[in-house]
Amino acid sequence: MLLIDLIRDELKLKGTKPGCLEGECGACTVLIDGTAVNSCLYLAINIHDKSITTVEGLTDGRTSLDEVQESMVNHGAVQCGFCTSGMVMAIKSFKDRCDSVNHVPDRDEIKKNLEGNICRCTGYVKIIDSAEALF
Amino acid sequence: MSYKIIGKPTPKLDAGDRVSGKSVYGHDIELPGMLHGAILRAKYPSAIIKSIDVSKAIKLIGVHCIITANDVDTENLSYRKDHPVLKKGEVNCIRDEIAAVAADTKKIAENALNLIEVDYEEKAGIFNPEEALKENAPRINQFSKGDNGNKNISESFHYEHGDLEVEKKKSAVTVTRRYTLPKVTHACMAPSNITADYSPINDVLTLYSSTQVPFLYQREISQVLKIDPSKIRVIQPIIGGGFGSKLDLHPFEPICALLSMKTGKPVQILFSREEEFHHSAIRQSMVIDLTTGADEQGNFTFRKATIIKDNGAYTSWGARTSFVMMQTFSSLYKVPACVYDAHAVYTNNVFAGSFRGFGNPQATFSLERNIDLMADELGMDKGEIRLINSNFPGEITGQGLEYKSCGLKPALEAVIKNSGYEAAKNGHGKSDRFKQGIGFASMLHVGGGAKIYPSDGCGTTLKMDPYGFLTILTGSSEIGQGSETVLAMMASEELGIPLDKIKVINSDTTIKPWDVGVHASRTSFVAGNSLLGALNKLKQKLGKRATQLFNTTEEDLLFQNGEIQSEKSGDSLKIDKVVRALHFKPPHELCEVSYFYEPSSKFQDKEFKGNVSGCYAFAAQAVEVEVDTLTGKVDVLNVHVGQDVGKVLNPMGIEGQIDGGVVMGMGYALSEEMIYEDGYLMNPTFHDYKLPTARDIPEIHFYPIETNEESGPFGAKGMAEAPLVPTPVAIANAVSNILGVEINSLPMTPEKVMRAIHDKKNGGEA
Repeated sequence: MLLIDLIRDELKLKGTKPGCLEGECGACTVLIDGTAVNSCLYLAINIHDKSITTVEGLTDGRTSLDEVQESMVNHGAVQCGFCTSGMVMAIKSFKDRCDSVNHVPDRDEIKKNLEGNICRCTGYVKIIDSAEALF
Repeated sequence: MSYKIIGKPTPKLDAGDRVSGKSVYGHDIELPGMLHGAILRAKYPSAIIKSIDVSKAIKLIGVHCIITANDVDTENLSYRKDHPVLKKGEVNCIRDEIAAVAADTKKIAENALNLIEVDYEEKAGIFNPEEALKENAPRINQFSKGDNGNKNISESFHYEHGDLEVEKKKSAVTVTRRYTLPKVTHACMAPSNITADYSPINDVLTLYSSTQVPFLYQREISQVLKIDPSKIRVIQPIIGGGFGSKLDLHPFEPICALLSMKTGKPVQILFSREEEFHHSAIRQSMVIDLTTGADEQGNFTFRKATIIKDNGAYTSWGARTSFVMMQTFSSLYKVPACVYDAHAVYTNNVFAGSFRGFGNPQATFSLERNIDLMADELGMDKGEIRLINSNFPGEITGQGLEYKSCGLKPALEAVIKNSGYEAAKNGHGKSDRFKQGIGFASMLHVGGGAKIYPSDGCGTTLKMDPYGFLTILTGSSEIGQGSETVLAMMASEELGIPLDKIKVINSDTTIKPWDVGVHASRTSFVAGNSLLGALNKLKQKLGKRATQLFNTTEEDLLFQNGEIQSEKSGDSLKIDKVVRALHFKPPHELCEVSYFYEPSSKFQDKEFKGNVSGCYAFAAQAVEVEVDTLTGKVDVLNVHVGQDVGKVLNPMGIEGQIDGGVVMGMGYALSEEMIYEDGYLMNPTFHDYKLPTARDIPEIHFYPIETNEESGPFGAKGMAEAPLVPTPVAIANAVSNILGVEINSLPMTPEKVMRAIHDKKNGGEA
């Protein structure tokens, strides 16, 4: 069983999206021990003893939005939204990684880090803007 | 005029749900007892089906139902009625649906497909429209009406205005070229999906569908399945990208309905990404032969265009792109004479569909390339030749399009000025290897809907509850473009209530009023005007009651800060209090109104003349490009977009459309192509079909041209298809300018650019 199937079909968490199931589009990105992973390329069994965060888990459910989510909303980084969960998780992972070593990335680095996530609506500009604003 | 919210950057109302994974897309629907459907497609692009044997498959445990053409009674799909839902006796492209299974799980359904035995007799297919047009070619589609005297033409269009021969004589320069445009696909992030839920108890068929045109969809499904349209309820879950792909009804949709009707259970069909590449809509490939002329001063004289489109095996709305392309040839820039012929030709390739721009990127590609070539021959500046021929406000074109407002000239001026074109006119680069330069292109598109159906209108019902909360029931559909937000902004502006007191309901045909659908960049314009009409009625209703409470006249009333105020006396009442006074006291009325807006556009006559849209959108782009002459790689550095949008309603939304359109245009220009060999798709994955990614993104500079279109809501006109249209040809013009070659086909892959460089060195043609 693939991790994405465990998440969507067994745990019924539908925020993780099946865009291609071949590791190309990034819509199913989740965090495994804080690192962004395509859940369609990851066997569910390998999640044992690891921590997994899906888009639903970024906040405790009572507070409204995580800073990454907030930034995407405020920068107009969302259109159809099918890539959005994956984008949120990819940016979250990148932001945490940069913060842990006190690194402030430039725009090119941000673009490079979003390369694995495809969006067909926005032309990426406002997604990149929303990530840049976090630093 | 100053507004409180119109013109201010406003995040999408639904963005919070999207970023937190709460939005329910078609993929997320799970109904009790739901089965999973799968479809068996053709093994060959052209073959006779000798037999189909489902006996083994039906025995598989977990299989509930298998259907073939013999098990169903359906009408054909498409406006030409040439497309059977399930194919019988023959297959004509690799997409052809032969059988469908409903089973307990998707896996079982797929296993069952493998057990279906089909005996084929393979035939030689025809994959080139030119071959299909030959007299001795076999008939490809047995339902073809054989337009224009040819059995393999689905539909031909002929248009002309002016005197071509006279204009030819005036021409100092004439350029003739052939342009070849590839098949590309929408690649919506959400693959196609549908959930059909038929109730045998009340005979109602509920379809959870991503359609862009729910009311036309309801009608066509009812015709195809031969059931009463009022028994069909279409619910649109959140739609993961449209771009035109969901204008046509595709066979998988009635197939899913049939599986549900046969089993009496809900059935869901989800495409894999590979299926999405193979079996969803595409932009049709075409070959355009274009001759254009200009006089000594550079004034355009005439255009003659002949277009052969690959229709594929069946007809989709894509065949009607001829209609939009015609406008570009007849009416983009002033041109005294135009002759245009377009033919949609059947082949054994996959059938096409509608795609953002609807033929316009192809038409504009050819026209704007020819303009650059004419400027070269005349020794004219490429900005100047466009400026002197620019359309203008008040112009009525040869085709009868009435440009009450027209911002083409200011759009051109903005991109010429801001792109640094003057400074960089002759091309320059940072080294011998990397060369930089600029290319221009303009575009014309409908901006106020398009009258191609008996109605191009949209209905709105408004309901204000006793707490002052407004519900907008609109016929229009949201596909990610932000129409809900723009409509809520308009209501907020007019009623003086905050956005969080407004809800837009737009996803259920049993509830929402009629609308023709989300296409032709029409929603802000048509649904916006419909909403303004309804708001006007609502204000009258509230105002009438308020005048009694204030003892004043309706002209004295202001709607602001959640109140209705008397300008003279300064008295005010909360808006909800007026609603309660209307509802709970005499006259005991609900605060509800409805309005239907039909644009002033007209049907074109048999010669395709007439004012087909409520207004027209114009744009110009200047694209700064760098070419690596060692590898042939083209880098887009800056894209300058001047666009007549009438009025910017939501800057955040409009920029999103501009960015997204430009980048989609870049993909078409540089990397995207569906590579078919003898009817088979060779690159059905994101790995091999190259979409732009974050690293490819240039700086995009947007210069809104506000012409305040009098027929538009707050002066706005349609804008969302436009940004895609000029980008590919502006890039091709830039690359051609930089290298001194001719790029007359897409995509401009490094291989193609290298070949052009190589051929130039060897003195040949690109």
